Amino acid sequence: MIHKYQHGNIMLVLDVYSGAVHIVDSIVYDIIDSYKELSSEEIIFKLKDKYNKNEIAEAIKEIEILEKEGLLFTKDYYEDYTLDNRDTVIKALCIHIAHDCNIRCKYCFASQGDFQGARTLMSEEVGIKAIDFLLENSGNRKNLEIDFFGGEPLLNFEVVKKIVEYGRSKEKQNNKKFRFTLTTNGVMLNEQNIQYINKYIDNVVLSIDGRKKVNDNMRYTQNGDGTYDIIVPKIKKLIESRQEKNYYVRGTFTRDYLDFSQDVLHLADLGFKNTSIEPVVTDPQNLYSIREEDLPVIFDQYDILAEEYMSRYNENRFNFFHFQVDLNQGPCFAKRISGCGAGLEYLAITPEGDIFPCHQFVGQKEFLMGNLAESRFDKSIGISFSKAHVYNKSLCQQCWAKFYCSGGCHANAYHSNGDISQPYELGCKMEKKRIECSLGIQAKLFNGKDVK
Amino acid sequence: MNHITTISKATLLESVGKGGCGECQTSCQSACKTSCTVANQECENK
Repeated sequence: MIHKYQHGNIMLVLDVYSGAVHIVDSIVYDIIDSYKELSSEEIIFKLKDKYNKNEIAEAIKEIEILEKEGLLFTKDYYEDYTLDNRDTVIKALCIHIAHDCNIRCKYCFASQGDFQGARTLMSEEVGIKAIDFLLENSGNRKNLEIDFFGGEPLLNFEVVKKIVEYGRSKEKQNNKKFRFTLTTNGVMLNEQNIQYINKYIDNVVLSIDGRKKVNDNMRYTQNGDGTYDIIVPKIKKLIESRQEKNYYVRGTFTRDYLDFSQDVLHLADLGFKNTSIEPVVTDPQNLYSIREEDLPVIFDQYDILAEEYMSRYNENRFNFFHFQVDLNQGPCFAKRISGCGAGLEYLAITPEGDIFPCHQFVGQKEFLMGNLAESRFDKSIGISFSKAHVYNKSLCQQCWAKFYCSGGCHANAYHSNGDISQPYELGCKMEKKRIECSLGIQAKLFNGKDVK
Repeated sequence: MNHITTISKATLLESVGKGGCGECQTSCQSACKTSCTVANQECENK
């Protein structure tokens, strides 16, 4: 399977099953679709009025060479490679340290912090049980991840610190390395917690949607005031003192303001280098949900971002999460077909110690996998997640992007189609556009090797 | 070659052999939380 497309003035051909990526000229671009169906003579005849015959023949020869080398039209080598019922260990927990929030975001999938339950904070005891649970169930895996999530984690920051301290104290004797991430809306950041976060937390995800009018349209305090003016100075302070440690400012765009490229660039202009912005995940009934008819505008926005990404490349001040792709040292095949590992390698823990496949399934009783306080953990729900990989998803079979997206988000699939194996198609279309842009950027960087 | 420039070779096939150690970061964990791009995750078993 191949996929060809144009990114600006560059033409690309991807060979899906080998992973090869080629920049081609217009002759190859015109030939490649009919290459497997027509003879060389027929192709030359078809294109003789557009190109010189010798050049067409030369281009056909080049395609033949790459086909022989296993870089074009390669077959699906992996059909027998099965991930069903694979033996996995747990390597990451999303710890819902607070099912409460100090702001009220209109689009919040967590029902504005409480995940449709009581407003609760995790106790130190449950947090420590979560660390022990991860240590016991992580086998030989060395790198373990903990994301403090909410609600708003800073509402329960003392327990965050206790859990971090406990985790670090267990690293050496268990030969493990914890990577702590904290996701926050930024409102409660202050001198003390910024100092702690920058010293002890490996990655911070800071929620902000972009321009003031856009952020404040969705993200406001309990009094209805926008959060932009509160959080921007605090986020700036955290990032300025974070030095080389990881962080992302992470926003959400909705139908209310589809020109989200301006929000990403606004964040970059504020000095926030690492950005990620995601389409809202919500009930299609909501007026601000993304619709099929919005796609042309959204695609244009990704193109604008890609263009700007290139023009700012030399300044090294702008990283957009979805445009980062390492063509040579990316993830392995197993990762590329199994994805996030929700329900298997990655679980979410609520303040009460309930275990769910991921943060987006929290509160949905049909996905409850157990409880830490009661030492109950039923892996049977994980079996369906184990099987929900690209080779078992019908929509992925003919899709060129499957090894870049790994079949998409299980929660998006479930919430849109009631089935974790039925990908959320609108999300697929946006994901494909992001992949095209990211590979287009790589092609441009390759062409302009003088870019440093 | 005059018509084709290969910017990435058969990396996917090569990765099958070494694959599956699982030491890499959970793809959803790092920044997005709602989508599932894996191609931008780094392999930790280089």
